Amino acid sequence: MADVKMQSIYKQFGDTEVIHGVDLEVKDNEFVVFVGPSGCGKSTLLRLIAGLEDVTSGEIEIDGTQVNFLPPAKRGIAMVFQSYALYPHMNVYQNMSFGLKLAKTDKQIVDQKVREAAEVLQITELLERKPKELSGGQRQRVAIGRAIVRDPKVFLFDEPLSNLDAKLRVQMRIELTKLHRELNATMIYVTHDQVEAMTMADKIVVLRDGYVEQVGAPLDLYHNPANLFVAGFIGSPSMNFMDGKISGISEKAVEFEIDQKLKIKIPCSPGDNATTGNIVRFGVRPEHLELTGEENAKLRGEVFAVERLGGETYLYLRTEGDKELTVHSPGDKMVHEGDQVSIGFSPDTCHLFDNQGQVFDKLAA
Amino acid sequence: MVTQLLSAFLAVVLGVGACTLYYVGSNFLLDLAFTDSGENAVRNSRQRGAIRPWLFLAPALLILSIYLVYPVFETLRLSFYNFGGFEFVGLNNYIWATKNPEFLLAIGNNFMWLLVVPSLSVAFGLAVAVLADKLWWGTLAKSLIFMPMAISFVGASVIWKFVYDYRGPDTDQIGSLNAFVMMFGFEPQAWITLPFWNNFFLMVILVWIQTGFAMVIFSAALRGIPEATLEAARIDGAGEIQIFFKIMVPQIMGTIMVVWTTITIIVLKIFDIVLAMTNGQWNTEVLANLMFDWMFRGGGDSGRGSIVALMIMLAVIPIMIWNIRNFRKEEEAR
Repeated sequence: MADVKMQSIYKQFGDTEVIHGVDLEVKDNEFVVFVGPSGCGKSTLLRLIAGLEDVTSGEIEIDGTQVNFLPPAKRGIAMVFQSYALYPHMNVYQNMSFGLKLAKTDKQIVDQKVREAAEVLQITELLERKPKELSGGQRQRVAIGRAIVRDPKVFLFDEPLSNLDAKLRVQMRIELTKLHRELNATMIYVTHDQVEAMTMADKIVVLRDGYVEQVGAPLDLYHNPANLFVAGFIGSPSMNFMDGKISGISEKAVEFEIDQKLKIKIPCSPGDNATTGNIVRFGVRPEHLELTGEENAKLRGEVFAVERLGGETYLYLRTEGDKELTVHSPGDKMVHEGDQVSIGFSPDTCHLFDNQGQVFDKLAA
Repeated sequence: MVTQLLSAFLAVVLGVGACTLYYVGSNFLLDLAFTDSGENAVRNSRQRGAIRPWLFLAPALLILSIYLVYPVFETLRLSFYNFGGFEFVGLNNYIWATKNPEFLLAIGNNFMWLLVVPSLSVAFGLAVAVLADKLWWGTLAKSLIFMPMAISFVGASVIWKFVYDYRGPDTDQIGSLNAFVMMFGFEPQAWITLPFWNNFFLMVILVWIQTGFAMVIFSAALRGIPEATLEAARIDGAGEIQIFFKIMVPQIMGTIMVVWTTITIIVLKIFDIVLAMTNGQWNTEVLANLMFDWMFRGGGDSGRGSIVALMIMLAVIPIMIWNIRNFRKEEEAR
């Protein structure tokens, strides 16, 4: 049992407030990812949990104990740093056992724990090496090993994969997920990479400018973003957005028009903010747009760039109203730059945001 | 006054002019001798590249040979000759040295300096470098501690002469150390005449000067330690002291060794402080002062002076080599 609870956390550096009242609950065994653009406060939040920074106000509880005033070592956490932060003058074995030795753990137990962790991470043959003799991926494993031997209640990861090359990153992603299952531990993971967040998390916390924008399961965020920011941040390539005006409101739908030509009716609850004539922003993901025949066309445009990835193709087109759209299509679709294409989509897959950037809630199907 | 200024100005102009003339002229001649045109263009270019560095190095090599290499051999030669340097006396000077109590005392004292000054300077320098970073007035403290570096050894000795000053019994004392001692009701002392301990009073002066040097280098080295390793250690449960000794110090060990050996070499050559404070009296003699004594005082004895000089050189060389090796390792690690 090791959950983490944060209640109205504020953090100031000098006069600058960087975390503005965060409430969050991380359940036992959960893999939670803090994601957001740089400067959103995700790393600061992690460091507050670790105890490397002190909260200005608010309460942090780990496993039912208030830890606000406990030093990092007493909080039952272990942290993996972006730069690995291995001790350069110690070999791998010493790096991993440093914490246990400081805690005056029995030598045999230390040895057993280090070797077990090394076994899990497949770094047994590296135990005698110094960090500078290791590759980036190996260093990362050692850093994780150093965390494992501490038997922490909560693992904290601060962008651990961002210094690795793309291929290794994918591999480590899978291994970390596996590790999470094997260790049955609570993990909090910070990244700016929404792909990492989507692939690894049980629960994603999207942060921006020190505020929590949305909390939810990966697919929940993908399908039901609460606001423009989350809609644009989650998903790659990003969602397409177009501005329009509300032209009609009913109980179960909002109709809006773009450039006084195209009228689209989106099934959603209009709420209190919908007024005819208000500016709204309409969003649809590239994978929900498809090339169609003229009869189903909702949008038309000219292709100005084509990215062929083999299995899939991304088309970048400019619509009649001079707006740019990204369209996902199968890899074998033969479309070329300069082609005129027609685009269709289903209104169910669309999102509509009011002038405050908040989504009009989808209706339960 | 005016003529002196003028001649100084002239010397600068002539000196710089001669250097410019040498570099420009010699390179011009080189380019002329190995031209870029003709059938040998490629070979010429290669040979030009091989010769050019030597043109640049030549003046420095020449001056180093005259002022450093030649004196070494001349000193070696003189050590086998008598006081005037005209009669070969074999190993007589060496035998004299092994039996001379003053020479042995100087070696003993030098050895003490060697143990005390580098270790204290490094310890204080490191302590200040670490602690000053935690204070808001740390920068001010660091500037104050660095300042003695700007004072010459003789100047520092004059300052400390006042600290250790003694005016004889029953007169008003002006030395600050005596003032301090008398505050606690003890008798004033002639500090620099108290054998054995007076050595340490002299060492304090050098420590006072060198701590600033050590501190500056360590401050820079400490900045190079990745912050994350210190945070990782905090999470691992290390206290401030443990972080210092087990994480910080090992990471700047190379720098510590370089500073240590640099100060060691300064200590081995220590001369000015002893000359100005005691001139080697009251058992404070050191090798460099002894060398100066034999070489230039009382008519001079180049044979015995050379022996002492060689002794200093023998002591410095291994440390120098070790220092350079450490420095290179440090550079490679970057």
